[in-house]
Amino acid sequence: MTKIITRRTALIAGLAAAGGLALARAPRQLPPTYGNLLRMGDDITYAAHRVLLPGQSLVKEYSKADLTSFPAIGTTNPADSGDSFAADEYRALQQNGFRDWQLSVEGSVAKPRTFTIAELKQLPARTQITRHTCEEGWSAIGQWTGVPLSLVLDAVGILPTARFVSYSSIDDWIDSIDLLDALHPQTILAYGMNGRDLPVPHGAPLRLRVETQLGAKSIKYLNRLVVLDEFDDGGPRGSIRNGWAWDMGI
Amino acid sequence: MSEPRQQAHARWVRVTHWLLAVSIFTLFVSGFVILMAHPRLYWGVAGNDLMPALLELPISPDYAKVSWADSAPMFDDASGPVSASRTYDAFNQNGWARSLHFLFAWWLVLVVAFYWLTGAVSGHLHSHIWPGLRRLSPQQLWRDLVDRFQQRAPAPPGPHHYGLLQKVAYSMVIFVLIPLQVLTGLTMSPRIAAALPWLLQVFGGFQSARTLHFAGFALLLLFVLVHIIMVIRSGLLRQLRAMTIGERHD
Repeated sequence: MTKIITRRTALIAGLAAAGGLALARAPRQLPPTYGNLLRMGDDITYAAHRVLLPGQSLVKEYSKADLTSFPAIGTTNPADSGDSFAADEYRALQQNGFRDWQLSVEGSVAKPRTFTIAELKQLPARTQITRHTCEEGWSAIGQWTGVPLSLVLDAVGILPTARFVSYSSIDDWIDSIDLLDALHPQTILAYGMNGRDLPVPHGAPLRLRVETQLGAKSIKYLNRLVVLDEFDDGGPRGSIRNGWAWDMGI
Repeated sequence: MSEPRQQAHARWVRVTHWLLAVSIFTLFVSGFVILMAHPRLYWGVAGNDLMPALLELPISPDYAKVSWADSAPMFDDASGPVSASRTYDAFNQNGWARSLHFLFAWWLVLVVAFYWLTGAVSGHLHSHIWPGLRRLSPQQLWRDLVDRFQQRAPAPPGPHHYGLLQKVAYSMVIFVLIPLQVLTGLTMSPRIAAALPWLLQVFGGFQSARTLHFAGFALLLLFVLVHIIMVIRSGLLRQLRAMTIGERHD
């Protein structure tokens, strides 16, 4: 136990030194279960992961020869979505080459602000070839280029009380991850895929990559990050209220 | 109850038998429902609808309706990997099925751990379950098989009467199949595979682990079916009495 904490602390300290971040702390609370036995099981699994596994192990990275065909599911073009307001907004942004796309970063941060894609590209980039694993059972290998989420959080000055990062998209998805996954070196805001700009079906111009969890957590068309002190289930649009596990590290 | 009757099965064996039966049954059902969401099996690291399958099972009510649009090569090589957008979402009940599966996986691991421990300490595993490697000659196994089919009066319930093939079957389930199911299951978890990368190496990748997990299920299902047939053949009521209240009528 002591060993794990020491190793985790060392890893996070290393990361903090690189990103100038305050030490990350493990979550203090478990997601609510609303009396549902299945959600209690989810919490047992999540807690076991956080207690038994080192928090920042890197997922396996592959080579270019391993890249595979890649299905796009869920929303594959917000301009075609039923929500005409979001569809019009997305179409207008797309016509302008996403130059006016804004990622808003707010919540428990010292300097809330927005980033354009060009501003995100000015931050140090990371390219990784990883396995996307869908909860349905399929998998695909893709190359992702983007800025580590930790660097973005560093740029806005994440407060010491922060424990979770909530995120949402133009097509109205909302989800969240804990700080251990948010500060994971392979958790990136990707604007490139397979050496090109991120294509529309895969989330243009910006998507999240949470490599330590199933694909559903890596939402596309990302436009908002909210740093949270307390767990937030995302309301009626969130995974728990819709009968899904919140943590998808399994 | 004038005279104490001999117990066919020890109480802890009877309790673990039914706890195990409940978890195996629930894992069968929930695992099958999970597979229905993507009833294709692959070998290696990646596999999806845009790649050839090793085996496609006709177990989804509407998988044939899944269709794809905007298929496009992801690189300059037109014969290389492609991206395509899914236009029909097939049956998917993974919200409850996945969480139920993992909840009962915990249950299974706890029951089997208790069974191993108590079985080792009490000598039950050594004297009644483990066949002994020296007895495992083809001639012995053949003789046991022939005996089993020629038997007029089946042996009474209880571990003292277990035949050689019976012991081999029980040992395979307890020492090989269930541990392999747990390990291949863990391999499919992104966060666990990150922390324990040897899992991916041992099983040859995520999709290989998934296919082996299915093969393990098929073998366990075969075991359960043969087990039930043998119980019926040797006297269903007598066997049920022995495995519940523990009574033995000779």
